[in-house]
Amino acid sequence: MSLVRVEGLRRLFPVSAGLFRRSTGFVHAVDDLDFEIAAGESLGLVGESGCGKTTTGRMLVGLESPDEGSIVLSQADGSQMDVVNLRADQRTAFRRQVQMIFQDPYESINPRRTVYETIAEPLLIHGIGDLGAREEQIREMLGKVGLAPPESFMFRYPHELSGGQRQRVAIARALILQPRLVVADEPTSMLDVSIRISIMELMSRLAREMGVSYLYITHDLAVARYMCDRIAVMYLGKVVEIGETEQLLANPLHPYTRALLSAVPVPDPALPPPQVQIKGGIGKAVNPAPECRFVDRCPQAADVCHATPHPPLEDKGGGRLVSCHLVDRLPV
Amino acid sequence: MSRRKLPLEESGGRAPLLEVDGLVMRYDTEAGEVSAVENVSFTLNRGEAMGLVGESGCGKTSVALSLLRLAPENARYQSGSVQWEGVDLLELSEKQMREYRWAEISMVFQGAMNAWNPVYRVGVQIREAMDQHFDPPLGSSETDQRIDQLFRLVGLDPAVQNRYPHELSGGMRQRAVIAMALSCDPKLIIADEPTTALDVIVQAQILEELKEIQQDLGLSILYISHDMAVIAQVTDTIGVMYAGKLVEFGSTREVFRRPRHPYSYLLLSSIPSVTGPRRRPMSLEGTPPNLLAPPAGCRFHPRCPWATEQCRREEPPMMPIGPSQWAACWNHEQVPQMGEQLP
Repeated sequence: MSLVRVEGLRRLFPVSAGLFRRSTGFVHAVDDLDFEIAAGESLGLVGESGCGKTTTGRMLVGLESPDEGSIVLSQADGSQMDVVNLRADQRTAFRRQVQMIFQDPYESINPRRTVYETIAEPLLIHGIGDLGAREEQIREMLGKVGLAPPESFMFRYPHELSGGQRQRVAIARALILQPRLVVADEPTSMLDVSIRISIMELMSRLAREMGVSYLYITHDLAVARYMCDRIAVMYLGKVVEIGETEQLLANPLHPYTRALLSAVPVPDPALPPPQVQIKGGIGKAVNPAPECRFVDRCPQAADVCHATPHPPLEDKGGGRLVSCHLVDRLPV
Repeated sequence: MSRRKLPLEESGGRAPLLEVDGLVMRYDTEAGEVSAVENVSFTLNRGEAMGLVGESGCGKTSVALSLLRLAPENARYQSGSVQWEGVDLLELSEKQMREYRWAEISMVFQGAMNAWNPVYRVGVQIREAMDQHFDPPLGSSETDQRIDQLFRLVGLDPAVQNRYPHELSGGMRQRAVIAMALSCDPKLIIADEPTTALDVIVQAQILEELKEIQQDLGLSILYISHDMAVIAQVTDTIGVMYAGKLVEFGSTREVFRRPRHPYSYLLLSSIPSVTGPRRRPMSLEGTPPNLLAPPAGCRFHPRCPWATEQCRREEPPMMPIGPSQWAACWNHEQVPQMGEQLP
């Protein structure tokens, strides 16, 4: 059963220029996005910077409003919550169910609050428990995220913690309300390699134990491989391919997924260096022409890719969706 | 400590360009003396690429800054030498040292935006570096020609030199930084996390270009990175640093095939990979030590699964393991093959 269903999601940012900052067009940051996340599932959102993955995540937690489209959250009682047009009386319930973990634990935690205050805040806002119950819950949570013994961490300030420990606090804060969906935006990319794995393991373990779903935003396919059941690859505001993680990595269909995968450095000096098929870097989708978004960088681009609008996602079976006109004609 | 360099026949008859021997560098701080670089020795040959890897704070950037003598004011070189073609760079006056920077050794920093002055066009800034360091100075038209050439070499349109830094994308900026680093015809480039801030596709392109340039010009490059996968791709030799010490050094192939220091082994085992069977990356427990008071014996012993009584007491020296591999570990024979699980 799907926990979140996203349909036709769109977010445009105005671009202005000139003396009077007149609007000259729109960046199509997120453009007609459809996807679902099942209960307990972890969906990876992968792509280069500027592809719209963070904007998508922010819309899911309500930090950003979409210009078009719908986000529907299934409730425990079977009813559906319209996240885009929340009624005033639904806001608290929504925020209790959807939380976010940010990339930089040096900026996402208030430096003037102790670990205890940081984790207690969501409980206070939602009026959960009395003082004793809250303290008990916080102790338990600290133990779960590996900040043990709790007494030695509860009254520390963020500057007394390492980067990895701070990220553990951010995870504790996000999970204390027992949310059903957590949007994690590059939660390990600021951390040292050695700490990265333990934070990834912690997040997967807690997701299993607490039945949390993740929208896991990352630029790193290797990280997505270990964190996600399915991966959605984004390019300039569009999902170009989505599928089950191992299948998608073993047999990428979209030319962009292939390029992205071929560029990932492999930690083996005996292998030849990657041959990247595509040129240049990612641009911005400002007033995009009605053609495939990837056409300028695509090594396989044909006339049809220029002449017709961006292709819709096509079902290739086994849960794989690909948006490419030439998908059946590409070299295997 | 005796000098440990790769035997010449093993390195394809290449002559050493840079020999760091027993370098000890400490930072004076209010809290005490930070032992940032402790008895580090390695040799970098002409035309060779070397990688220096380790967690943040392990001293890899301190080593790089020492080579250029650009370490902060409170750095003290306690002992050791940095031999550059027979000259000890640590003995030079600041004025003499300036003749080596850019002209002999140049540097590509992490975060390409910070390397540029935002109010000058990039071409102007490269020209300034060339005017400062070319002796005798190049003529104006020669300089122009050279800048055009450099931009083509790094894959940029020469017209880009008339733009301001903020008008360039991250990848273009990093390419322009590489052009600047090449401008005075150095023999060695120190590249400190040159692609960390970039997207994978741009990263792959730039690494490929750097490797080509290195081979075409016969340059030496010292890569500094926390990313073992990047180092695997671009280097001939690798040094693994932990808590200010070089714990393993050797040919990149050997070290990746069979690391002989537990730290290198754990670091390599902790990389998730997109290829091959889905193997669970191992996590490295604990944190690096406080360098104000590093642990006695081997600095890695508190986190090491193979630590013995000897490791707690005695500091292991660099020991030769093979013709092109050294490791500072008493129990290097116990370190398993890659892919084997811990006991």
